[in-house]
Amino acid sequence: MIRYFSFRSYYGSAKKTRTGRFSRVRQEHSHSVWKKSIFLTGLTALLIISAGIIVTLGQVPMTVSDVYYTLADRICPGLFETDALITHVIMNIRLPLILGAIIAGAGLGACGCVMQAVLKNPMASPFTLGISSGAHFGVSVAAVFGITILDGPYFMVANAFLCALLCSGFIISLSAFRGATSETMILAGIAVNYLFQGTNQFFSYIADDEQRDIMRIWGMGSLADINWNGIIFLGAVSLICLPIIFSRAWDLNLMTAGDESAKSMGVNAGFVRIMIMTVASLLVAAIVAFVGVIGFAGLIAPHIGRLILGNDHRHLIPASGGIGAAILLIANAISMNILGSVVLPTGIIMSMIGVPLFLFLILKGKRKEFWS
Amino acid sequence: MISKLSIKNLNFGYHNRRILKDFFMNISDGQIVSIVGPNGSGKSTLIKCIDRILIPSTGDVTVDRCSTGKMGRLELAKKIAYVPQSSLRVFPNTVFDVVLMGRRPYLTWKGDRSDEEKVWEVLRLLGIEELAMNHFTELSGGQQQKVLIARALAQETGLILLDEPTSNLDVWHQIDVMEILRTLVKKQALTALIAIHDLNMAARYSDRIMMMKKGRIIANGTPQDVMTGDNLETVYGIKANVKFADDIPFVIPMTRIAARA
Repeated sequence: MIRYFSFRSYYGSAKKTRTGRFSRVRQEHSHSVWKKSIFLTGLTALLIISAGIIVTLGQVPMTVSDVYYTLADRICPGLFETDALITHVIMNIRLPLILGAIIAGAGLGACGCVMQAVLKNPMASPFTLGISSGAHFGVSVAAVFGITILDGPYFMVANAFLCALLCSGFIISLSAFRGATSETMILAGIAVNYLFQGTNQFFSYIADDEQRDIMRIWGMGSLADINWNGIIFLGAVSLICLPIIFSRAWDLNLMTAGDESAKSMGVNAGFVRIMIMTVASLLVAAIVAFVGVIGFAGLIAPHIGRLILGNDHRHLIPASGGIGAAILLIANAISMNILGSVVLPTGIIMSMIGVPLFLFLILKGKRKEFWS
Repeated sequence: MISKLSIKNLNFGYHNRRILKDFFMNISDGQIVSIVGPNGSGKSTLIKCIDRILIPSTGDVTVDRCSTGKMGRLELAKKIAYVPQSSLRVFPNTVFDVVLMGRRPYLTWKGDRSDEEKVWEVLRLLGIEELAMNHFTELSGGQQQKVLIARALAQETGLILLDEPTSNLDVWHQIDVMEILRTLVKKQALTALIAIHDLNMAARYSDRIMMMKKGRIIANGTPQDVMTGDNLETVYGIKANVKFADDIPFVIPMTRIAARA
């Protein structure tokens, strides 16, 4: 349609060399593309290796070969002799924990990444829209008043999930009504967060000691209660949400240039923002309902990813997910093993190792204006 | 001349304040058209209404005889490109990635080799290929402006809207940007609509100038026709000497007449 002409006379800068080889910048560019693929492969390898090591750690005495014989026996039954207790520990405690940490970490990392992009704010995290305090509200209602949506073992999970969804749904529809700018969303999120925090404090004030303990321990965030049913539920929600988010990688790239620019290049900024926030909130609500508030992974993972890979969401979303999974997996392994038989809530360890790591990255970051 | 862009009866306002009032405009193909006017006259708003960044309350905007209101955003992005006054810089992007954004209307998810080639082509065209791997935030104002123009060119549209492309630049870069635009319009069947404050830059580089005041066009024509003492007095409320050099008018502002309404 448009005829490009040579500016050579005007600027004197045609960059392809006479031999037809590409110039330095173009080589640099193709190296950077390679670097991204290599990093993502390395990250996957790291996850597999750490999962392989972590599955052998724990309080029940068993050797590394015990663990792998049991796993191999599961794949090809009858191949090895296995011990019932060891099989139970591996299949019903360690594997769900490892998978749970990977799914939850990946979900939080990826959702944090896309929420930062659509809210155009590096301080946004999966909990910016009040999901954590909404979920906490659900747990408080269950603990203090005994009002539950589901009976049975999942009563807290169901309450947390639904209240978290209600909370973010309220904020999203409110800002949709007001034109869906990132500012309205963040402000509404902060305001509603305070509202639920206040309610939670009120509940905690009128609760008895036992009820207060339930609320307090839930608030710390722990993977310890997760089982296969939880894994299947989280896995199913992730399988729905993550591909939707991932398919919008280009729109997210453009959203970081600002709404006006995004619109002029063909992205319906308001719609993408609402859509991404809805899908990401759904996934985060599901994760929070099962593992409580483990907030830091969703804030830090995207920033680490950006430092290493830059801002192309085609690579950044999987990288943030992988980094989030790795952080949560390792933090969880530490919290399970560091104090012998006492299991610490993962959220505590996460903050204690995550915050120094994050601060280190900010201080050592190559670009001073990185977060400006 | 073929009409590139035509605006009929356009109205836009924020809350009670009407910015554009029954606005009419016609732009021919292959021209540089500048919109000048005092602050708040509606220059930027007009540009945003044309690209439907702001949605006008009534009126019809047609590009190549297609009504923009009936087009989807992607379709519109293949017809009109927009160069904003400044670009948001929350997250770091390389120059290459910024220009690649302009390919969005044509891209598949994975991105095509030919899209990357197009980006290199545009960068080479503007003489900024060397900056490709630099971060956009690290560039000077003039370089950033060129990158944003490159992004608009990557969109391969027939019409480019620019919102005050020279306002934060030194005089060398002002001339540089305007020369680039002139070359592009001359050689590439492009039409550029520029909102601009600098009257002398507008007079020197435009084929047509539209002078706006309070959401209406007061004068419309060649720079020689529009840049008159009378027009400047009505629109800006200033007394000015208009001289000519090589048949191009240039404005020497003298005094303001009274307090602005």
